[in-house]
Amino acid sequence: MNKILIIIKREYITRVRNKTFLLSTFLFPLLMFALIFGGAFIGANGTEQRKIAVNDQSGMYTNNFKTGAAVDFGYPEGVDRSNYISKGYEGLLIIYSADKQKADSVRLYTEKQLGLGTDESIKNQLQKINENRMLMERGVTRTTLDSIRLQSESKEALNYRSYQVKGTEIKEDNKMLALAIGYISGFIIYIVLFIYGAAVMRGVMEEKTNRIAEVMVSSVKPFQLMLGKIIGIAAVGLTQLFLWIILIFVLSSLSSLFISPEVLQQAQNMNESMPSMAQNNTMALKILQAQTTLFSANWSLIIPCFIFYFLFGYLFYASLFAAVGSVVNEDPQEAQSLMMPIMLPIILAIFIMMNAVQNPGGSLAFWGSVIPFTSPIVMMARIPFGVPWWQLGLSMISLIAGFLCTTWLSAKIYRTGILLYGKKVTMKEMAKWAFKKS
Amino acid sequence: MSTILEVQNLKKYFSSQKAVDDISFTIHKGSIFGLLGPNGAGKTTLIRMITGIFYPDAGTINLNGKKFDPTEDVINIGYMPEERGLYKKMKVGEQAMYLAQLKGMGKKEAFEKVKEWFEKFEMQSWWNKKVEDLSKGMSQKLQFVTTVLHEPKLVILDEPFSGLDPVNSNLIKEEIYNLSQKGTTIIFSTHRMEQVEEICDHIVLVNKGSKILDGTVKDIKQQFKQNIFTAEVDHLPAVLQHSSFTIVKQRGNNLTVKINEGYKSNDVLLHFINQQSGIIAYHEILPSLNEIFIRLVEGTPTARQFETVTA
Repeated sequence: MNKILIIIKREYITRVRNKTFLLSTFLFPLLMFALIFGGAFIGANGTEQRKIAVNDQSGMYTNNFKTGAAVDFGYPEGVDRSNYISKGYEGLLIIYSADKQKADSVRLYTEKQLGLGTDESIKNQLQKINENRMLMERGVTRTTLDSIRLQSESKEALNYRSYQVKGTEIKEDNKMLALAIGYISGFIIYIVLFIYGAAVMRGVMEEKTNRIAEVMVSSVKPFQLMLGKIIGIAAVGLTQLFLWIILIFVLSSLSSLFISPEVLQQAQNMNESMPSMAQNNTMALKILQAQTTLFSANWSLIIPCFIFYFLFGYLFYASLFAAVGSVVNEDPQEAQSLMMPIMLPIILAIFIMMNAVQNPGGSLAFWGSVIPFTSPIVMMARIPFGVPWWQLGLSMISLIAGFLCTTWLSAKIYRTGILLYGKKVTMKEMAKWAFKKS
Repeated sequence: MSTILEVQNLKKYFSSQKAVDDISFTIHKGSIFGLLGPNGAGKTTLIRMITGIFYPDAGTINLNGKKFDPTEDVINIGYMPEERGLYKKMKVGEQAMYLAQLKGMGKKEAFEKVKEWFEKFEMQSWWNKKVEDLSKGMSQKLQFVTTVLHEPKLVILDEPFSGLDPVNSNLIKEEIYNLSQKGTTIIFSTHRMEQVEEICDHIVLVNKGSKILDGTVKDIKQQFKQNIFTAEVDHLPAVLQHSSFTIVKQRGNNLTVKINEGYKSNDVLLHFINQQSGIIAYHEILPSLNEIFIRLVEGTPTARQFETVTA
């Protein structure tokens, strides 16, 4: 036991003293913020307005298109496919005159690809105009129509709130915040698994290629060496997490200074004009809006759970990375191909997580949050929405059991692999070592 | 002399090879023991079992009269593997301290020992240097120091001189003698025969996983001698031929002769004396370990073939 402590100490100190540790500790939160909020900025400011010429043969649409952030409509005389560019437009929309009972056929011609947003915006407007037309044909007057629209689209008219009821306790449900917390914590764990998993693998590879492994295992058991490294790096991870929490706290209080309400409003408008493009921005928006109600979240559950899944998710995968590191010779190519089977479930987990934040009670989310290969990421996405205790318990127990299992199997691969030089090890051989009786 | 290490019927089979197949030997306390064999003979596997890295499939290892316990006996063994290495990014002093502590030494004790050895090898100025800044010979010295730092009763050195210049080789050689004088037992694994002849008291030769030779260097040479002598005379006798010997080589007045079956040295000398040749020198030529090694190992394929093992 004492020897494991000595190993942990070395692994911890050599890493924390390293410059890259400091660098990554401070750069990572900045990167996260840049990723999330940078997306919102680009989304809000980066879209160009396209000029589209409309040739309306039906006469129903002329002057009915609303010029928005994405498209500026014009109705020049005698425009056709040969001259729209010379008239200063980027696209030509031709609406063919057709049967009044049916929707018209509409064609958009452009020289350049205008992007999904433009398409989406045009389609939306066509739909609305069509709808108005059909309503008016059935006797609704324009004035009635306008007043209905005005009322239904106004935010004040719609008073919508959702509540979460548990027994007698009724709590206002904050889906935005839950989504933001779930998404961010799932994402952090995802990155942690990769960063620290790879650190374990590199550490093991270093020991092997430096030929110190044999010296070491003549003093300590291979299992002690592996565990010492894994725990040492876990301690580095927790230190880093602690520093991140402080940094994120500081940065998020600063971010409200940088991101003005106008930007928020602008991004909001963007989203309304093209709904399907908005996916990327909504996340940032939701996170920003969530800030105001940050304290309504159940932090006393979320923080301990996050630390648990952070730690055990890492422990579950770390020994697998160690096993891969132990069988790799000098060739990094070899490491790549052997890492694939470990990386796949982690990548799968991030996809399940994205689904889980939308539908936290679904069966995909449930299974994803119970099976230890994906549970650290998926469960974290569900917890802010509220998870039944038995599911949380089951998930934690299966993750701990999974950790013991992977460590036990990996230790056997590690023990053999670390002393094996020059031989390329196949998956089959690794499986044989893992399940061999010792 | 008391026995420090006793190995009995040791076996280790891998899926494609009988790496060590029923090897037994004993090593006396304070001796320098040579473990010889061509590449792939099973030396490293044998050593790994003695150091507790591998568990033997069968057989027993006794250290100091007790059954060998890999966890408890770590402090009693110092092992310098052929594939040696250090943590490149670590400082020299920290590296030595780390390895000493892993052997079970306390921090203070380790520090004093490291200092003592660094002084002995004039390495004090290296303390804060990184291992990657050391030359190959320097890191070899550091490796040796970390091997013997905790004063193990049994030191196992696998090719300790490879990559060392003659000066550093001699330094290490001296230290091996010193340790042996103090009662430390040394197992010295190599295929460099001239070093073995110079250093070792007792040798074991393994080939293809089995022991093929075991004894003191002197006894083995006697065992493999071919009754060849050199004689130097002041002038060659009129009749050179005699039934007691055949001439193997002749260079002027220097003769190399092989004594024939049923005769002795004195018969040869008598012949020269009777022929009025003055004898200047006469001595026996014993085979070198190198010759014995090659003779024994020759005929077996240079590379070990993979075989199917059913065990």
